[in-house]
Amino acid sequence: MAKVVAVTGNEAVAVALRQVNPDVCAAYPITPQSDMMQRFSGFISDGRVKTELILVESEHSAMSSCVGASAAGGRVITATSSQGLALMWEILYIASGTRLPIVMPVVNRALSAPLNIHGDHSDAMGARDTGWIQLWSENAQEAYDNAIQAFRIAEHMDIRLPIMVCMDGFIISHSIERIEYLEDEEVKNFVGEFRQLNPLLDIEHPVSYGPLILTDYYMEYRKAQDEVESKVAKVVLEVAQDFEKLSGRKYDLFETYRLDDAEIGLVILNSAAGTSKDVVDEFRSRGIKAGLLKPRLYRPFPYKETGEALKHLKALCVLDRADAFGGSFGPVYLDIATSLYPYKEKPALINKIYGLGGRDYMPEHAEFVLDELVDIAQTGTVKSYKEYIGVRE
Amino acid sequence: MKLKGWKEVNPGAVITEAGNAVEIKTGSWRSSKPIWKEENCIQCLFCWIYCPDMSVKVKDGKREEFDYDYCKGCGICAVECPGKKGNKAIIMVEEGN
Repeated sequence: MAKVVAVTGNEAVAVALRQVNPDVCAAYPITPQSDMMQRFSGFISDGRVKTELILVESEHSAMSSCVGASAAGGRVITATSSQGLALMWEILYIASGTRLPIVMPVVNRALSAPLNIHGDHSDAMGARDTGWIQLWSENAQEAYDNAIQAFRIAEHMDIRLPIMVCMDGFIISHSIERIEYLEDEEVKNFVGEFRQLNPLLDIEHPVSYGPLILTDYYMEYRKAQDEVESKVAKVVLEVAQDFEKLSGRKYDLFETYRLDDAEIGLVILNSAAGTSKDVVDEFRSRGIKAGLLKPRLYRPFPYKETGEALKHLKALCVLDRADAFGGSFGPVYLDIATSLYPYKEKPALINKIYGLGGRDYMPEHAEFVLDELVDIAQTGTVKSYKEYIGVRE
Repeated sequence: MKLKGWKEVNPGAVITEAGNAVEIKTGSWRSSKPIWKEENCIQCLFCWIYCPDMSVKVKDGKREEFDYDYCKGCGICAVECPGKKGNKAIIMVEEGN
């Protein structure tokens, strides 16, 4: 029996982690994640989980401890945001290159400078090419569901890669929503027992982690890792099917909303997708064929499936809550452009940068973008390929 | 030795065969090298225990000459060597002199 509760995103994910009962957690506080790990450490103090908590002096140490504990043979978690994720950067690659299935909720927050604590995707976007799997979540329910599925995906014997579960800082992490919890026993059975591939603590079978690999073998290891990335989408779908049987909630590589017969469309991640769907409905009620695609598995990015889902549109806008500096476009735009490149017939593609540093994304922003797409679809003329919206002149 | 292809390498570059460094030479140079003085050796085998690699060869419970193919000149053996009556059985000598 599902239990219906009113909780914040941070609380929902902390409960998911409690239900999984991992072996080791090494975490360092950072807004807006702190509240999640504080709640989880409360579960440890109260004896509700058997997790060993390692108190560390930085996120670099948190991720390093996770790497050691995972290699030793434990099921390992941490969580972070913003500067904390940035400080982990060096070790993120070691976790993925060593194929350690660490699970890390990332409560998305802007990067300094200027210093800002609010919802923004710059942190996880900066880590998008580190070899970690990334699942993105629109609301607290998706964050809870993704956190549970993350263990099965990361720990799958064909995958063995670390995974981030992303949700918007404050907008989701600190807002109370209605969500449904699974029973503890259901989650326990769903994730199953953890088995590390080559645990360091198996003294009957001594192994070495982290050897020096030079010119003669480095490329072979990288190619092997690339091959693993290509298997992730299939596992994500298998796990989603099992999860649907358990919860009744359906998950895919991405969510499409009124997209099949649409002529204009939006691609947008996380919480702002909810606002945008309402505006899509409004345009539909006026007879305008608008639709939306919300990525869920963002890394490895399902280029082929995403391109297939979007290629029929006349005009498409990718909304990025992060910019990729360097005279380029927002990160999601670059991926959508890549996914559409192979097709001869494809939509006109524009990029809007919105909501940086927690700036509100309002229905009128989605209306502004959809109006522009209607115009592009009619005239075939693009005035500007990249533009900041919701910014003062 | 035939090099493995990408389908054959271990996930995460984990080494699952203990002591497989014997298959490759790991110490082609060092700034100073240990010299074994047999006359001061009491065969305690501390050098064999402390050597982080496999440069101290032992046969029938007694040490033999260093195998410099695995020695990086760390000097741990020389520090740990108790010697005989205050005279070290291992001393470090600068290379190239």
